[in-house]
Amino acid sequence: MLRLPPFRYLAPRTLGEATRLLAEEGPQAMPVAGGTDLLPNMKRRQFTPAVLIGLRHLRELKGISGSPEMGMRIGAGETLTSISNHPLICAHYPALALAAAAVSTPQLRNAGTIGGNILLDTRCNYYNQTEFWRHSIGYCMKRDGSICLVAPGSPRCWAISSADTAPVLVALQARVRLVSVRGEREIPIQELFYDDGMRPYTREADEILQEIWLPPALGWRSTYLKLRRRGSFDFPILGVAVALRREPDGRIGDARIALGAVASHPVEAEEAMARLRGQQPTPALLQEVATLAAKRARPLDNADLTITYRKQLTPVYVRRALDLLLEAEQGSGAE
Amino acid sequence: MRELITLRVNGERYEVAVLPHRTLLEVLREDLGLTGTKHGCELGECGACTVLLDGVPVLSCLTLPLEVQDCEITTIEGLEEQGRLHPLQETFAELGAAQCGYCTPGMLLSAVALLRQNPHPTREEIKQALSGNLCRCTGYTKIYEAIEAAAERLSVAHQGERRPDAALQP
Amino acid sequence: MDEWRRLQPRKAGPYKVVGKPLPKVDAYSTVTGRAIYADDIMLPRMLYGGLLRSPHPHARIISINTRKARELPGVLAVITGEDLPRKYGILPSSQDETALAVDKVRYVGDPVAAVAATDPDTLEQALRLIEVEYEVLPVLMGIEEALAHPDIKIHEETRNGNIHKAVSYEFGDIEAGFAAADYVREDWFYYEGNNHVPIEAHACLARWEPDPHDPIGGKLTLWSSTQTPHYVHREVSKVLGIPPSHLRVIAPHVGGGFGGKSDPFSHEICACELARRTGRPVKITCTREEVFLIHRGRHPVKMWIKTGVKRDGTITAMHFRSFLDGGAYGSYGVATTYYTGALQPVTYALPAYKFEGMRVFTNKPPCGPKRGHGTPQPRFAVEVHLDKIAADLGIDPIELRKRNLVRPYSRTINGLRITSCALEECLDQVVARSGWREFHAARLAREAEAVRQSSPVRHGMGLALSTYICGAGKPIYWNDMPHSAVQIRLDRGGGVTVYCGATDIGQGSTSVLAYIVAEELGVEPERIHLETADTTLTPVDLGSYSSRVTFMAGNAAIQAARRLKELLHSVAAERLRLPPDRLESGDGFIYCVDDPQVALSFEQAVQLAEARYGALVAAGSYAPPEDIHGDFKGAGVGPSPAYSYSACVALVGVDIETGEVKVEKLWLAHDVGQAINPLLVAGQVEGSAYMGYGEALMEQQIFRKGRHKIPSILDYKIPTTLDTPEIETILVGQPDDEGPFGGKEAGQGPLLPVIPAIANAVYNAVGIRIDEVPITPDKVLRALKAAHSEPGERPLPPPRVTPIVLNELWPARLIRWSPEHLEQRPDPTNGHHQHPRQGESAPHGAASTSSQLPQKGGTA
Repeated sequence: MLRLPPFRYLAPRTLGEATRLLAEEGPQAMPVAGGTDLLPNMKRRQFTPAVLIGLRHLRELKGISGSPEMGMRIGAGETLTSISNHPLICAHYPALALAAAAVSTPQLRNAGTIGGNILLDTRCNYYNQTEFWRHSIGYCMKRDGSICLVAPGSPRCWAISSADTAPVLVALQARVRLVSVRGEREIPIQELFYDDGMRPYTREADEILQEIWLPPALGWRSTYLKLRRRGSFDFPILGVAVALRREPDGRIGDARIALGAVASHPVEAEEAMARLRGQQPTPALLQEVATLAAKRARPLDNADLTITYRKQLTPVYVRRALDLLLEAEQGSGAE
Repeated sequence: MRELITLRVNGERYEVAVLPHRTLLEVLREDLGLTGTKHGCELGECGACTVLLDGVPVLSCLTLPLEVQDCEITTIEGLEEQGRLHPLQETFAELGAAQCGYCTPGMLLSAVALLRQNPHPTREEIKQALSGNLCRCTGYTKIYEAIEAAAERLSVAHQGERRPDAALQP
Repeated sequence: MDEWRRLQPRKAGPYKVVGKPLPKVDAYSTVTGRAIYADDIMLPRMLYGGLLRSPHPHARIISINTRKARELPGVLAVITGEDLPRKYGILPSSQDETALAVDKVRYVGDPVAAVAATDPDTLEQALRLIEVEYEVLPVLMGIEEALAHPDIKIHEETRNGNIHKAVSYEFGDIEAGFAAADYVREDWFYYEGNNHVPIEAHACLARWEPDPHDPIGGKLTLWSSTQTPHYVHREVSKVLGIPPSHLRVIAPHVGGGFGGKSDPFSHEICACELARRTGRPVKITCTREEVFLIHRGRHPVKMWIKTGVKRDGTITAMHFRSFLDGGAYGSYGVATTYYTGALQPVTYALPAYKFEGMRVFTNKPPCGPKRGHGTPQPRFAVEVHLDKIAADLGIDPIELRKRNLVRPYSRTINGLRITSCALEECLDQVVARSGWREFHAARLAREAEAVRQSSPVRHGMGLALSTYICGAGKPIYWNDMPHSAVQIRLDRGGGVTVYCGATDIGQGSTSVLAYIVAEELGVEPERIHLETADTTLTPVDLGSYSSRVTFMAGNAAIQAARRLKELLHSVAAERLRLPPDRLESGDGFIYCVDDPQVALSFEQAVQLAEARYGALVAAGSYAPPEDIHGDFKGAGVGPSPAYSYSACVALVGVDIETGEVKVEKLWLAHDVGQAINPLLVAGQVEGSAYMGYGEALMEQQIFRKGRHKIPSILDYKIPTTLDTPEIETILVGQPDDEGPFGGKEAGQGPLLPVIPAIANAVYNAVGIRIDEVPITPDKVLRALKAAHSEPGERPLPPPRVTPIVLNELWPARLIRWSPEHLEQRPDPTNGHHQHPRQGESAPHGAASTSSQLPQKGGTA
């Protein structure tokens, strides 16, 4: 049986106490919320924190409030299940509900939190392996080694951003609030990410992700498509999040396209987005936009299936996501 | 260093001294002797160790006992009531939904949670609810049939509340 | 002839128990969590054991230093290869394993040392403290590499490079067969290997009970999640040097096997040795990664097939070559090699057949038997190849198959005796139930509709047939003893206890014993207590492999029950003043067939019989008939007392933009003879269809840089509820003359046609052939892009199986054989019955049935 390495466990009762403990214990400590990403990684010895600080009972991280008119606040400790079932999120931020529902399995969504999913450790099939396996191959730079085993000549780590909700929150232009003993900051979610598999987040070790703010949703439609081999369990090998708003005359007022699992961070397809804005959607335009968006996908051989395949599927999924949104609009009439 | 904690499992209170890094799965099986909860991967990739926390299915291999002292934990051993099987246990047995039986406890707990929330699930809803439980023997078909039959029995039992015993007869 | 070899005639129906959809006898223990599996057993003072495994695919061990580990508080024993140097292996011909590596490691995961410690944390720490110095050796990771580098020897003992086994057979006149053909086609196929992935990881617990007066020093008990306690018993005894009399192997509830728990394993042997050394119980539970590393799964096989046919599709000759990637050790590999060739003539009547097979060693986890053992790979190749021939000739694939179906009660060109066979009925059933003809007739309209709706999904239907054995005709080690035995004890209170070595791995073998004994004795199955899979308590059954248990243990159970029934009927006849032949047993009574009111309760009869005869214990045994195969060397793999037959139609939707294949439905018809319990049979068919589906589309044991690429059940894909297709099971066939109540196997055969049926359906949907399993979406998309590229595009070439080029002759002596050899032998049956029925002519050798056959039809 694969077991956890020893650690001390601390259970703060308030967010203030949690940030204080995190600061006091220093880099040897890690916060744990749902545990669905951290604990398997610890069993594989990808992380061996001396201290775990439990966020599970912090009320400050709970709650879903607000409205699509004003925008919504989601506590980072809310489970993926509660997000995927929330009526306002399902109706007005469907991409987020879809992405939350697409994560792993019901059991993991019942325990896993949105905060944990956003801060999911980047993944790589040279890295998400047991201690035995990584020892066998000689370790990689992300943990215990010095080189990248996917691209041995490369100075950086190419582990993949694999969170389903991350590209969606980028496409929805969400903001996140981080708190620490040093204070708090609220940033656009894009600024939470680095294009670096080793250190994929700008979150400092003493910071706790407290909440996510979604902007008003009126007039926006959104969707999320996930490529994976099976209907559950699997991480995305491509995630496509699209949000768009149309003008009364049918032209596209604004569009946001973000890709997941194609790099170490969620990638925005700026060129494709710009090409869409102000245009009447035609099949030819959508195909062009899909091709443009796909240029941002640079998969490497460190996830399921082949690089070529994952690359080839990117424009297909982008176009299908756009088709879905535009067809749905036609179906229900302009809002 | 062990910590003394209290767990509420299947309506019983257990005081147990645990190492913080022992999972709920390990404590249930090795400290409490509740070996009905199985393990297939210990990484959250199979669903065999599913238990209910306050009625919600989660994986005991990824749960820290220290964090769930305020929860009511239900394992497979807790599905029988006063010696009588849960209708799902009956139909799983009668309709061949358990072959090797190793995924069965986890599968049953997912199914119990489903029927509590949705007493008349469609086949598609059943598939969704069980999508975190892998079975290697059955091809799932007999599991779906057993859940559908149990839903039927529960609804008949519900209608004839005065005579649950008679209503639960096959 | 030994008295125990005589089969009993079948009991007359209608049956009270047989054929009824009863719950399994252990159903309530499994659904309540009461069932005890190996890892559930905890004993006082139990230690945790574990193995240190090689991090290198191929290396020489320079030194092992265990001092630091031994000195760690809480560590009670550390052992290495020199502590257990005796070689072992499941097959007497492949004794190439040691419990812990001696001198060399041959794959990543090869065990090097074992530790017993007081708790899991100390165990892990101790394993880290063992220092092993290796000299890394060149690595061979595939068939071609292993053949190209005979100088890099994985096993010193192999005579020819890394070739573990090579065989070559010609049955009938192959040249004449091809000369008579109007059309000849050749194809290459590749079947990627895969793992069984039982949800229960292997686990075992060993206990040593010392006895200073015993020259052996004590007795050892091993509980293990094994399918073959008898073989584990033999091998553990051999390696530990403990006589079998002092060793007891028990299989508790087993959480799925599928062939993966059929070998004696290092962790079993090490747990025993650690228990002996420490005097304390030792448990070893494998991690999921270790399950992928100890493997013994489906062999990757590259296959070449050449078939000659007449214009109408009648096969004139087939030449089949298989190259098996065996991994680092022998395991069942010699048998697997034979199985890749043995059953082709059992599905289609081949007038001439040549088979050449070879297995090579590579630096990967050892391959072994998985559901269908060596036959799903050739089944895939043959069924896809025949589909291609049908397309080439413009013949309906059903017609082509119908022209070549093997006939009931015939003898194959390689000498195998075929008895009951409802293959044609299987085929007809799946064709009718799936709406095959209508589907194909509507093809153009359906495609037009897909285009009109701009749907990227194209639908297709494919079909395949198959055959499987009902138990291997020969045991793994040569002997003349029964393959299965059952002992029944009757209690004066009316209790019935059945003892049998048969091992229930979820398939329901224990339940089948209960149904059969209940039917024979005329009591309800709930009355029966079962003791199984315990080498001390129960008579030998060879194990749950080769789909043998229902057939063999079932027949042994019938024999044992008949012997007791005879005693009961003799005293009952006396008491009721009736001739014994007017009595029957049923519903807990022994009654007069002419007047059921004249009856004696089962309990009364037992008490009378016990008073008359003393303790009521009887045993029954079974071994397959002798004369069911040819008389050439190697004829021992393939024969079976009966064969099951299956047919499958798959309906798929292929997304032409993504290459994704969705199997929407599988129709599976299976000839099981008489279903002892149709619920359990349907469960086996559905489980086989599911597993075949997974193998066809997603499962693969693959390697990168010498390591298993995906040793977890997240990355190794097994189908979830959201993937698995709808499965319609159709049971067909007539009771088999020799099967218990006419029963045949269902556990493995139904897997076989699923994979080629899906492959053929993909072709039917989008016109591309993926001759390599699994058919992953990247392969499909690549083939589609290659087939439909626009001018100016330069797509990748379609996936293609690279042929293996042999620079020399086939490295095995050719054995030529024809069924005439059998016909020239004197008929041992001495005018016993013959089997051709309903005016069918008997092809080669059908008349030479053996003396162990029942009277035709029995009393049925």
